[in-house]
Amino acid sequence: MDRLSAGELKRLGWQVRRDVLIMLEHAGSGHPGGSLSAVEILTSLYYNKLRHDPRNPNWEARDRFVLSKGHCCPVLYTVLAYRGFFPKEELMTFRRLGSRLQGHTYRGVPGVEVSTGSLGQGLSVANGMAIAAKHGKKDSRVYCLIGDGEMDEGQIWEAAMTASFRKLDNLCCIVDKNQVQQNGLTRVIKDLDPVPDKWRACGWHVIEVDGHDAVQVTKAYDEAETVKSKPSVVIANTIKGKGVSFMELNHQWHGKTPNKTELEAALKELDAAMGVK
Amino acid sequence: MAGKPTRDGFGEALLEIGKTNENIFVLTGDLADSTRAELFGKQWPDRFVNVGISESDMIGIATGLALSGKVVFACSFGCFVTTRPNDQIRVSVCYNNHGYGNLNVKIVGTHNGITTGPDGATAQAMEDIATMRVLPGMTVVVPADAVEAKKATIAVANYPGPVYLRLGRYAAPIVTQEGDPFEVGKANRIRTGNDVSIIACGLMVGEAIEAASRLSQEGIDASVINLHTVKPLDGQTLLEEARRTGAVVTAEEHQVNGGMGGAVAEFLGRSRAVPMEMVAVQDTFGESGAERELQEKYGLTAKEIVAAARKAIARKRGGLG
Repeated sequence: MDRLSAGELKRLGWQVRRDVLIMLEHAGSGHPGGSLSAVEILTSLYYNKLRHDPRNPNWEARDRFVLSKGHCCPVLYTVLAYRGFFPKEELMTFRRLGSRLQGHTYRGVPGVEVSTGSLGQGLSVANGMAIAAKHGKKDSRVYCLIGDGEMDEGQIWEAAMTASFRKLDNLCCIVDKNQVQQNGLTRVIKDLDPVPDKWRACGWHVIEVDGHDAVQVTKAYDEAETVKSKPSVVIANTIKGKGVSFMELNHQWHGKTPNKTELEAALKELDAAMGVK
Repeated sequence: MAGKPTRDGFGEALLEIGKTNENIFVLTGDLADSTRAELFGKQWPDRFVNVGISESDMIGIATGLALSGKVVFACSFGCFVTTRPNDQIRVSVCYNNHGYGNLNVKIVGTHNGITTGPDGATAQAMEDIATMRVLPGMTVVVPADAVEAKKATIAVANYPGPVYLRLGRYAAPIVTQEGDPFEVGKANRIRTGNDVSIIACGLMVGEAIEAASRLSQEGIDASVINLHTVKPLDGQTLLEEARRTGAVVTAEEHQVNGGMGGAVAEFLGRSRAVPMEMVAVQDTFGESGAERELQEKYGLTAKEIVAAARKAIARKRGGLG
């Protein structure tokens, strides 16, 4: 696959953030914070790594991506639309009656592998996909994105221990460590640090990166692919609400959408950071 | 009557279908022996995963395998595989099946009902039919004995979408015949009568047959229906019974609320309301004891079915309103 350069990735991130916010303002409800923190995680995956074919979403040899933090579907839907799985205009139907773009990640959307929305479940489903690929001697890889607040769920650790015990080296988990969950900072609600040590203790190969540096994230996916006999986890250090100053690290923006004025302010900030007038 | 647990019929069926269908996977949560899943595991270790004591993860793994085209049996005690991972079954399994109807996760619960016996209340799942049948797209099958359990397992492997298969550990009497048909969603009529219809599932089918024979000595002519599929419900057979006898008794080894009797009441209430009595566990927990003792203490024998049948007939005739 032809990879995007650092500059192209930066521009792509800017566009995705704009469209995620426009879509959320239009919908009037949804989850901006955890969508904005995961932008580079998804752009680097879908543009620089994942084996997929938007014209044939069910291609047998594709890699699989599971969005376990299902409320962050705005960023996934946006990236899928960019990649051509469905028309970009459809993003404006998000959360509307009759739309495929359900409020939480929905399998009925072309390119979405698994419906999610109840936290903690996606990594187990990814385990099943990884076991199936290994059994069939297929070289498909499985990626799963979880949130740091989501790690409060016990099932994540059941799944983590299964994956290492079963030597699922075709599985790569990404933690969007954006430091904030619905009710506040993760270190206040339930501090799980040091997070990398917990994954190491569970037998995983741990890669820590700046989750807003898409080049670093891409390199982490590359490294994960070379690791044998154990699964890899990319701990992506991110900022919830990244790119919009009044949303950053503010739990109020976990599940609240901007109004028109706030949207304008947010877009202005994003444009300024990109040097666009 | 010779007894044999339904879980044994399940184990035998796995050995048959494993041979012909290479897509079959079997999972268990550290209960390979008790669920009989180990029979399959020894034969086909590459299609068998003992996930350990982590049922939520097991249901997720089953979903991932099924999304990859496999037919997956996820096996544990009824309580650990239905009520404990209920949200995983609702979201990972049923919601991913929604709109497709082909996500082949087959949830197998052994050790259901009061006849789980000496292990006591925690292991005696009696809420499983209720919690499974309410889920969109879930099929619920309750074999009457080991012979039927074997046929049911084979049928379930070929039936599209999520299924809950309810089994037991008790060596219950064999009450069906090898030659009896088994079709998911099609009830089996064991006996046709004109005074009252006894609708039973699981272990209570045998009790219903015994009750009908006792009733006939009193001159009461009872139908016995083996409602092995609780969902989708065989409305046609239920309607025929309600029309012909005008009095219904349901019998199940489950809580009275939300179980098979509840499903029948929901259906008949909307289509042909007739006097109805329900033999089931009366909104309580079980306890340790021998199987038969427990059946008697908790009112799950032919005796209670006979009493319920008399009451339903009396209500039909206006005696008890």
